[in-house]
Amino acid sequence: MRKYLLFFKLRFAAGIQYRMATVTALTTQLIWGLMECLAYKTIAEASGGNLPMNYSSIVSYIWLKEAFLVLFNTWAADNDVFGMIQNGDIAYELCRPVSVYSMWFARTVGGRVSEAVLRCVPVLLCAFLMPEPYRMGLPVSMEAFSLFILTTVLGLGVTVAFCMLVYMLCFFTISPQGWRMVFTGAVDFLSGNIIPLPFFPQEYLNIAELLPFAYMQNIPFRIYCGDLAGADIFPAVLKQIMWLCLLVLGGVFLWKKVEKKIVVQGG
Amino acid sequence: MKIKKNVTLYLRYASICIRSAMQYKMSFVLMILGRFLIAFTEFLAIKFLFSGLEEIKGYSYADVLLCFSIIQMSFAFAELFGNGFKSFSFMVKRGEFDRMLLRPCSPILQVIGTRFEIGRTGPLITAIITLFIGVRNSQIDWNVARVLTLVFMILGGTFLFIGLFMIGASLCFFTIEDTSIINVLTYGAKSHGKYPLDIYGKGIMSFCTYIIPYTLIQYYPLQYLLGKQSNVLLAFYPLGIVVFLVICYGVWCLGVRNYKSCGS
Repeated sequence: MRKYLLFFKLRFAAGIQYRMATVTALTTQLIWGLMECLAYKTIAEASGGNLPMNYSSIVSYIWLKEAFLVLFNTWAADNDVFGMIQNGDIAYELCRPVSVYSMWFARTVGGRVSEAVLRCVPVLLCAFLMPEPYRMGLPVSMEAFSLFILTTVLGLGVTVAFCMLVYMLCFFTISPQGWRMVFTGAVDFLSGNIIPLPFFPQEYLNIAELLPFAYMQNIPFRIYCGDLAGADIFPAVLKQIMWLCLLVLGGVFLWKKVEKKIVVQGG
Repeated sequence: MKIKKNVTLYLRYASICIRSAMQYKMSFVLMILGRFLIAFTEFLAIKFLFSGLEEIKGYSYADVLLCFSIIQMSFAFAELFGNGFKSFSFMVKRGEFDRMLLRPCSPILQVIGTRFEIGRTGPLITAIITLFIGVRNSQIDWNVARVLTLVFMILGGTFLFIGLFMIGASLCFFTIEDTSIINVLTYGAKSHGKYPLDIYGKGIMSFCTYIIPYTLIQYYPLQYLLGKQSNVLLAFYPLGIVVFLVICYGVWCLGVRNYKSCGS
């Protein structure tokens, strides 16, 4: 366990280096969030309060999405890992006396958490200081907040476990960019990154909830703003745990297959 | 003569880029498919949002789809032709730009020519689908002026985005690193320009008129296109982007004059 913690720390320290990029990303996220809040305000007015989520919940959802973007987006998978697969550095990884799956899992989590810690504080600060009605709300209750933390951890686990599958896929194709883009498009939408899942019409929602993507950011964010509450929370958390186990098992299984036929590229 | 030479050269560049993309056919197909899918999910999002809604601020579902389609199309064309500006920081960092300055033809032509990326056309498929749905469901009374308005909006948008990419590239002359600060203005406009700009309120409207002229290619001509205003002059507003493009070119020239070579 200690060695995996070290991989986490290493990636964390590397992530802290890029400060300028952080400042730009921050501006982008604030403007993005604000534009979305403005658009939903007009939509909420047009619908006469007849939306699947109430406006203050939507605002909190949007700010959480911006604050924790790096934690949950499947697009920004660890580029170093893709590099290793493409240029042959994977050979060094195989030499290490540790499990490659766990090592990559730990470093991906580390990369994400380091960036998220840096970015979420200023975004959340600004979000709490916004003028009404664009101000982010506090969690509906202390209980909701602790559940939010728990489901965020689980959601991050599901997201990273999915990214691991994408890494594994790259062993089967030389140019993974195309596959990644196809996945990104679908996952972004199905995880509620483009519009919150409650806005889906019922039949589409049923499909989305059968897939693992609905158990990434969707659950914690909706618990935070009170859209998901009461008896609905328990099955949602169970499904998160189930998907986490399934995806990790699938990833480990795939890795075992990959390990046998690995081709080291480059020189 | 010079123009003819430049066009031939650009076509030569483009054909080389296309041929090199075709070397990896699977990757190319997946790129197109992926980009199409990303744009298509945005269309689905609009569809879902409108499922319980008649109109927002006087714009119907079809009107919003038209807006979405126009902005997607402009952006896709801009990325197709102006992609070189987007990856310009690599050229500066590796010293490729030094080589370009030595050759006896325009550096802009070389920058955009060498990075012509046919894989950027994926969102065009979505744009054409949504344009079709939008036109069929809208109440627009079509005439020559309105068709021209639509074409001008797409053209104006393309040049506006190319101008922005150019400013972004010019910044690399000073910072070397890709600051990606311009992304707010380009990707931001692509994602948020799917709604007519006046739904965002007065502040955003003024920004989009006086700082970056988005309203010239979207809000004003849209009013004529949808028949909300009958002033035919509005149809020609997108042509005003030429002025913006000249300013962008000025910034670029300023950058080139300040260029200090780096890389090896």
